[in-house]
Amino acid sequence: MYTYNDFDKSFIATRNAQFRDQVERRIDGSLTEDEFKPLRLMNGLYLQLHAYMLRVAIPYGTLNGGQMRQLAFIADKWDKGYGHFTTRQNIQYNWPELRDVPDMLDALAKVGMHAIQTSGNTIRNVTADHFAGASADEIADPRPVAELIRQWSTDHPEFQFMPRKFKIAITGSPNDRAVTRAHDIGLRMVEKDGEAGFEVIVGGGLGRTPMIGKVITDFLPQEDLLPYLESVVSVWNQIGRRDNKYKARIKITVHEHGIEEIRRLVDERFAIVKGSFSGIDQVRLAEYKTHFAAPDFVVKSEAVFKDAYHSDPIFRSWADTNLSAHKADGYSIVSISIKKHGDTPGDATSDQMRLMADLAEAYGHNELRISHEQNVILPHVHKSDLPALHAALKEQGLATANIGLISDIIACPGMDYCALATARSIPIAQEIATRFDDLKLEHDIGNLKIKISGCINACGHHHVGHIGILGLDRAGVENYQVTLGGDHTETAKIGDRAGRGFEAHELVPAIERVVDTYLALRTDKDEEFIETYRRLGLAPFKAALYPEAQADAA
Amino acid sequence: MSKSFTPKVVTANDLLKGDVIYQTATGWTRDLADAEILTDEAHADLRLIEGSQQIADVVGVYLMDVALDGTAPQTTHFREAFRAKGPSNYVHGKQEVA
Repeated sequence: MYTYNDFDKSFIATRNAQFRDQVERRIDGSLTEDEFKPLRLMNGLYLQLHAYMLRVAIPYGTLNGGQMRQLAFIADKWDKGYGHFTTRQNIQYNWPELRDVPDMLDALAKVGMHAIQTSGNTIRNVTADHFAGASADEIADPRPVAELIRQWSTDHPEFQFMPRKFKIAITGSPNDRAVTRAHDIGLRMVEKDGEAGFEVIVGGGLGRTPMIGKVITDFLPQEDLLPYLESVVSVWNQIGRRDNKYKARIKITVHEHGIEEIRRLVDERFAIVKGSFSGIDQVRLAEYKTHFAAPDFVVKSEAVFKDAYHSDPIFRSWADTNLSAHKADGYSIVSISIKKHGDTPGDATSDQMRLMADLAEAYGHNELRISHEQNVILPHVHKSDLPALHAALKEQGLATANIGLISDIIACPGMDYCALATARSIPIAQEIATRFDDLKLEHDIGNLKIKISGCINACGHHHVGHIGILGLDRAGVENYQVTLGGDHTETAKIGDRAGRGFEAHELVPAIERVVDTYLALRTDKDEEFIETYRRLGLAPFKAALYPEAQADAA
Repeated sequence: MSKSFTPKVVTANDLLKGDVIYQTATGWTRDLADAEILTDEAHADLRLIEGSQQIADVVGVYLMDVALDGTAPQTTHFREAFRAKGPSNYVHGKQEVA
């Protein structure tokens, strides 16, 4: 993975020293909050309901054992012994004190991490497929390109005061695990005549006006990527709406001008911008590729794995649920669930972080990933090491076999922490997970994605959940709207709003009715919830959600 | 006739710690029970301005509605109830010390 060079180290040290000075001037009263706020946001520091919150970037979700261990150290020293992994592949600390934040940033810099551009109207942390470099279905590892985009976008002078934030996601696989169609720009690696390039998708996004992105070019040669990205962002930076915060994102610009006009403007801009790129970006890209070279995979017996798989039903259940196909023979991609039933989705204690760091070093070629689904991935583990890994995970409550199941819920922090939230998300996730665990139904239900947001900004991706839940404030009471049939993959779709919202105590029984309806109507066990929904549409599920409407009609 | 004015408390976050605080007659408190209750609109506006001027100590000053249970202020909206207590997933925030 990428390691900082002297330039990077000096850049971060300078930024951290500047911010330390800004914090001191805020504390001594030289800076007002209005003056300080944009400065702290540029460095990832928010003020939330109960405390400050520091959002740390985990570029394209990749980190090593030493970095994970440092995240644990920071959680213990300056927070409350845990961190929250987010749908943006970041980690958030919920309880820092203002005076400590410069020290936290220095501690991050020691392991090549920072919080720059995790907030503000800038290009945010580039997100990527969490199975990058490991999955069997990949054209190429997208992370060298993601690193190129990170370096290009960090402190880019043209893009520090844009109409709104800007999010880029990238995948190297035809199976989209990076939700590329719901980003300002989504990049999908494709091949044409044996050459790798990108399908470029623009104008996707969730939030109050959810949109599926549109293809602006179906094949962009790799060497044109940065000038093309610069052209797209530049066009939007000029014509994007600054009069209305809610209409400022590029999805609205694309919607209002039309994709053809945006394509014309981008091509026009590209003709100018392309010449200003000397080719140094391709030199750098070639260098980054060496940073992301695949580990030396070993060939050894899988007998230990096979024995455990046949003799230990708990291990077998975990292996069946939490492992994914790896490109190298004998290896697996391990998804560690940080969604034990009843726990807070995405939270990991410092002990858990240290254990995952140790295990990555012992069994995983020193690599970890954070998924947008708020789990931790060990991308390269040999099957013979899985029984020992599983045993170690159990010790720290990290062996829950629920990846992709109904309790593997995405939930934003909601009104338990977030100043923007209109209702809570976490207790809803906890109740749903606990309920279906009690019913012992979730393995029978199979693949089902529940995604919960505590406000219309949709950090919890509810629009693209198979079952999406949106928490609102309805006349001073928390109220939850349900959407059905959303899809976050390469066949992305915004879910259908089912009808009136539910109060918190009505919600879990309502979700149970939807699931019961699916179980009753699926053709067989192999037909997943989303497939049954596509086949039958909203009607039978709506009837289950609102039985009183059926009674009235009768 | 002006519309009736409901009781208010001036609230904010502490600059250094970031936690929720309430204005008293002489300063700030972390306990809603000790907050100064404002029943007169003009006085409330004045106290809000006075609170907002303390830029080296507090952030995000605003007036919140309260209901009076006898003389003790109670939150009227769930958002303020969470601010006054802490998150629901851990015993953190104000409930930690209570």
